[in-house]
Amino acid sequence: MQNFVNAYSWINFRYLLEGLWITIEVSVVSIVFSYILGAILGLIRYIKVKYLSATVGFIIDLIRNLPLLLIIFFTYFGLPNIGIRLNPIWSSILAMSIFESAMLAEIIRSGIGAVDPGQMEGARANGLSYWQAMWHIMLPQAQKKMIPTIVSQFISLIKDTSLATIIVLPDLMYHAQIIYGQNSNYILPMFLALAVMYFVVCYLLSILSHYLERRLA
Amino acid sequence: MISIITNHWQDLLYGLGQTLLCSILALFFSLIIGSFFAIFEVVPSKTLRIIARVYIEIFRNIPLLVITMFFYVVIPMFFVKVNGFTAGTIGLTIYTSAFIAETVRSGIQSVDPGQMEGSRANGMTFSQAMRYVVLPQAFRIVIPPLGNQFINLVKNSSVLAFVAGFDLMYQGNTIASTSFDTLNAYFVVGVLYLIITMPLSYYMRYLEKRLN
Repeated sequence: MQNFVNAYSWINFRYLLEGLWITIEVSVVSIVFSYILGAILGLIRYIKVKYLSATVGFIIDLIRNLPLLLIIFFTYFGLPNIGIRLNPIWSSILAMSIFESAMLAEIIRSGIGAVDPGQMEGARANGLSYWQAMWHIMLPQAQKKMIPTIVSQFISLIKDTSLATIIVLPDLMYHAQIIYGQNSNYILPMFLALAVMYFVVCYLLSILSHYLERRLA
Repeated sequence: MISIITNHWQDLLYGLGQTLLCSILALFFSLIIGSFFAIFEVVPSKTLRIIARVYIEIFRNIPLLVITMFFYVVIPMFFVKVNGFTAGTIGLTIYTSAFIAETVRSGIQSVDPGQMEGSRANGMTFSQAMRYVVLPQAFRIVIPPLGNQFINLVKNSSVLAFVAGFDLMYQGNTIASTSFDTLNAYFVVGVLYLIITMPLSYYMRYLEKRLN
């Protein structure tokens, strides 16, 4: 019992919170990048440009079927071989953005696909250009359908950030490992703290996702 | 790239075997555990429903790495020694079973409730109706999402690299750090993963289309 009291001293607790902050920071930056990139890729998939859409679709399939860990290794250990050297934070952000934008591209494509095509026809009949109709009519409606799914992708992104400890990203998992590495009495308390902290963040987000699903439906 | 394949094909093949073995074992056990929790979620008993809900919510919201490291680091301190492969497989099983439970539950709930009522009216017990009438129909619906879970499982099995599970990712990493040819080593490993996951994902998409 004493172990638990000592393990959760303010210094350790603050160190864990700093790790959690890095986890959230990396996840938020990655989801923003991948939302932008995913929207562009999803649109290219949706509007069916000859050759381009099929190629983009194939690349998306390739990335979606690779383990995220491999992409993380690739960005941190592989890229320096061709002269691109990134620090752990930016390599993780790059890896997560590549992986997640492929996931989001599929979600965004099917989100636009789920909007009634009559909306587009109506907008065009009323004199809007294709891109005006896409921007003002189609995308806002598609976004409503996609937001709950994107929030649950964000949850899995937060969980997956823990994989980047292997390239020494100073996230929650890594900070916990450092604390229990110094004192083996702290192993159990640290795992409990890890489980609780990840659970609280992800569970709150999943409640938000359910709420949005009901609100926006 | 050719030199990596010719010099290390035995390691790569062994890693591929471990990855497949671990994924299939984890799929088998998580299907059993996941189906049980899915059934718990639809039975009339409130206690069982709460137990299933808690199990699913806990393990869906904790990273796979934390669960795996728990079995690799904490369990040996108090109980038995666990090697990396076992710890990884147990972690994967528990993590995936929560997702499979959700998938199977939605399958069960998409079967017309009249099927259950009809079987009960014809004198079957709840468990008989579940086993012979509802579950066979539910499984047909959930085959494509279960296939996607298996693809995720294969990808997630790379977590074995953290606990020295000698899977494909671990072998690839070892080759990368000994040959210094990181780009090509990861490229070869990536192709090997794609050989497992790509055909599966196209097949599942085909099944999904046929079901609709």
